[in-house]
Amino acid sequence: MALASENASPRGNHRSGKTPIRQASRRIQNLFRSKPVAVLLYFIVIYVIARMSVAGAEAMGYNWQWYRVPDYLFQFTEDGFQWGEIFFGLVKSIDLSVKAFVLATLVGLFIALLRLSGLVVGSGVALVYLEFVRNMPLLVLLYLIYYVIGPIFKFDRYSAAIICLAVYHSATISEIFRAGINSVPRGQWEAAKSIGMSVAQSYRFIILPQSIKVMLPPLTNEAVQLIKSSAIVSVIAIAELTTIGRNIISDTYMSFEIWFTVAMVYLVVTLILSTCVSGLEKRFAVRS
Amino acid sequence: MPVESDSRPIIEIRNLDKFFGAFQALADVSLTVNAGERVVICGPSGSGKSTLIRCVNRLEEHSAGELIVDGVELNDETTNIRAVRMEVGMVFQQFNLFPHLTVLENLTVGPIRVRKISRADAEDRARKFLERVHIPEQADKYPAQLSGGQQQRVAIARSLCMEPRIMLFDEPTSALDPEMINEVLDVMVELAGTGMTMVCVTHEMGFARKVADKMVFMEDGRIVETAPPEQFFENPSSRRCRMFLDQILDH
Repeated sequence: MALASENASPRGNHRSGKTPIRQASRRIQNLFRSKPVAVLLYFIVIYVIARMSVAGAEAMGYNWQWYRVPDYLFQFTEDGFQWGEIFFGLVKSIDLSVKAFVLATLVGLFIALLRLSGLVVGSGVALVYLEFVRNMPLLVLLYLIYYVIGPIFKFDRYSAAIICLAVYHSATISEIFRAGINSVPRGQWEAAKSIGMSVAQSYRFIILPQSIKVMLPPLTNEAVQLIKSSAIVSVIAIAELTTIGRNIISDTYMSFEIWFTVAMVYLVVTLILSTCVSGLEKRFAVRS
Repeated sequence: MPVESDSRPIIEIRNLDKFFGAFQALADVSLTVNAGERVVICGPSGSGKSTLIRCVNRLEEHSAGELIVDGVELNDETTNIRAVRMEVGMVFQQFNLFPHLTVLENLTVGPIRVRKISRADAEDRARKFLERVHIPEQADKYPAQLSGGQQQRVAIARSLCMEPRIMLFDEPTSALDPEMINEVLDVMVELAGTGMTMVCVTHEMGFARKVADKMVFMEDGRIVETAPPEQFFENPSSRRCRMFLDQILDH
């Protein structure tokens, strides 16, 4: 306990530090801060939650059938190894997300440049677009694009899904670009201009390469958000991960197992993405 | 020192006004710089010296008056502006090197992208100018790995790589530690020896005495005095200029 009082003394003023109650509460605080106690607490909480869910499921007479889940991920048949339905759903989800993210990045960059252009019309249009998209629920935007705009411009549900996700996320991405571009000091612009570069050349060779470092973490975050929001396109029956999950459940009534599995798959994908990008960030940090 | 005494005006500034909102930074400034001439502009801070040379390559837009650089009038036409900027090099107080590029890339990006010369030619040229500013061995480093004096010399080389006809210096030594000022000034003196047209905003009066053909003293956005250096330092005609020189020369 010598350690505890040593930690505590420099912070508080000494009169109150010496009262027994204060000392006791400090000790308890420090106890809770120590690592083994924290880990223990964590497991206790998890155990309690798990215990309660199992008890709850038992009480409603839920019939756990975890043994059936692996078949939906992959199977070994006489033909050898085969991917399961959930895997194909995942591929579709990733396919959708990648396309939507590329489109969102392009649109976001365009909107950001429009906003920074200094043209009254340009920044006006960008601002209206931003406010419109940002203040609309994703689900409403999806319905709007699929049921209203889709029939007008004749695109299918798959394109509607990609466009919806791209539009929704382009708003945030454009703000990420704007912040990144603004983070480059004005002197860089002046230096680029002073060697005769046009605005486009300054962006391409001087400004954007420097802002990437600032933009990578929030862009990753946005990619993760996009993968997660791609689940919503299940409402227009795109056969992606969430839709597949729902279909399996309606066939098998294994809601608990399948939803847990689907959640896990999303988690694994986004974690892999985050890890890759944090590696990329380190490389950029070393370079400059 | 070979002085190219070509009396053709290369920068003509006539009755220039510049406003930042309601604040008048330049008031009726007129100045002519001939090809090969070396002009040093001094004056107290806030007197409009930097604004004046920033107008010359249009980093600032003048509000009224006429500005002709190398025969091209600076107005709203972007092609004119870019044409002028290619002929006018600028060295900044804060160096403004491109931190994401190596020293060599800093020097070649302009010639390759703007002058459209080949990478090999650009690199040859870059190495030549790095030699000229005495740091050929730093070519593959990033700016952050260099000292302030070295960075400023790279910045000078970067401008020279565009083969400009005019070099502008905006307080090139003000952000440097004292022991690094001379290495930069030496490079500038050598550059003056090549007959380059130079306009320098600086408080380094030793440098000014050594290279200037013309001294300009500014205060409150106006040119108060223009004189050859001997007369400027020995016998300035305005009281304000005398006081300013006393203040900065006394130490």
